[in-house]
Amino acid sequence: MIVRIATEGQYRLESAYFDQLNAIDNALVEAIAASDEARFKALLADMLDLVRQHGKPLPPEEFVESDVILPPPDTTFEEAKELFAGEGLIPG
Amino acid sequence: MGLISRMTTLIKAKLSRILDRAEDPRETLDYAYERQLQLLQEVRRGIVDVTTSKRRLELQRAKLQASLDKLTEQARQAVANGREDLARLALERKAVAQQQVAVLDQQVAGLEQEQAKLEQAETRLRAKIETFRTRKEVIKAQYSAAEAQVRINEAVTGISEEMADVGLALQRAEEKTEQMQARAGAIDELLASGVLEDLTAGPQDTIERELARISVSESIEAELAALRRELGSPDQPKQLGEGSRT
Repeated sequence: MIVRIATEGQYRLESAYFDQLNAIDNALVEAIAASDEARFKALLADMLDLVRQHGKPLPPEEFVESDVILPPPDTTFEEAKELFAGEGLIPG
Repeated sequence: MGLISRMTTLIKAKLSRILDRAEDPRETLDYAYERQLQLLQEVRRGIVDVTTSKRRLELQRAKLQASLDKLTEQARQAVANGREDLARLALERKAVAQQQVAVLDQQVAGLEQEQAKLEQAETRLRAKIETFRTRKEVIKAQYSAAEAQVRINEAVTGISEEMADVGLALQRAEEKTEQMQARAGAIDELLASGVLEDLTAGPQDTIERELARISVSESIEAELAALRRELGSPDQPKQLGEGSRT
């Protein structure tokens, strides 16, 4: 599985971690719904660390489309809320 | 998936627009390559912008540091001359400047992070572009081969995602730099307005000023006491003539 951390780069991650990623993602959604900013920050850090720790950075010679793209490491709580409201991080 | 699927969709939506341009697949390759070079230029300009903003903040910091030193010396002289009221005023001004120095330090650190991020993005993109250029020529030379179309799509899709991502990094760095520039402008105003000369004037509103006073009053007392001890003055503040109060 190819995972990109937005603004950081791509990693090759064993599919076995997919469930873990998914679980953190669900918890993130709950944290945003509950307006729990501290939990959001901790979970986002957990999610990115999981990829950085267990994934292998993709060399620049490889051109592969990512299977999933994770939000940038400096995503603010406000931005995450907007991401759900449909505004997104990328205008235009 | 919640946040992940949103993010993935957002970036991928950006890709299809880059891809859907040219009709001849070989043109797609050239077009994609041009766009990559443009983006690389934009990233380099972004790095220059961040560096310039950082330098501006560092200059402001140096100015504030100079006024800190001056105010410290003024407070010392005031205490030596038994003018505790003036010493207090100088220390209050010094505290305002110190708060601004702390803010500036944070901002400089923030811009340094942005600079590092953009420099990494630049390195990453440059390596990808170089690989893409080589691959583009190979694919074009073998264009008669049936699988060429597939390989073009693969190469272009892969690099397009990279470009969308670098574009996002650049945009975020620019936004942050703009915010810092706005704040740097506020500090310029502070320096120019002479708030460090006269605490009753300046952009801060009364409540903010009061809060700032409360948070720094303790350190002022401590520093006053230290100055008194250093200069062997009596522990009790001197009573000052009526006319000397400002």
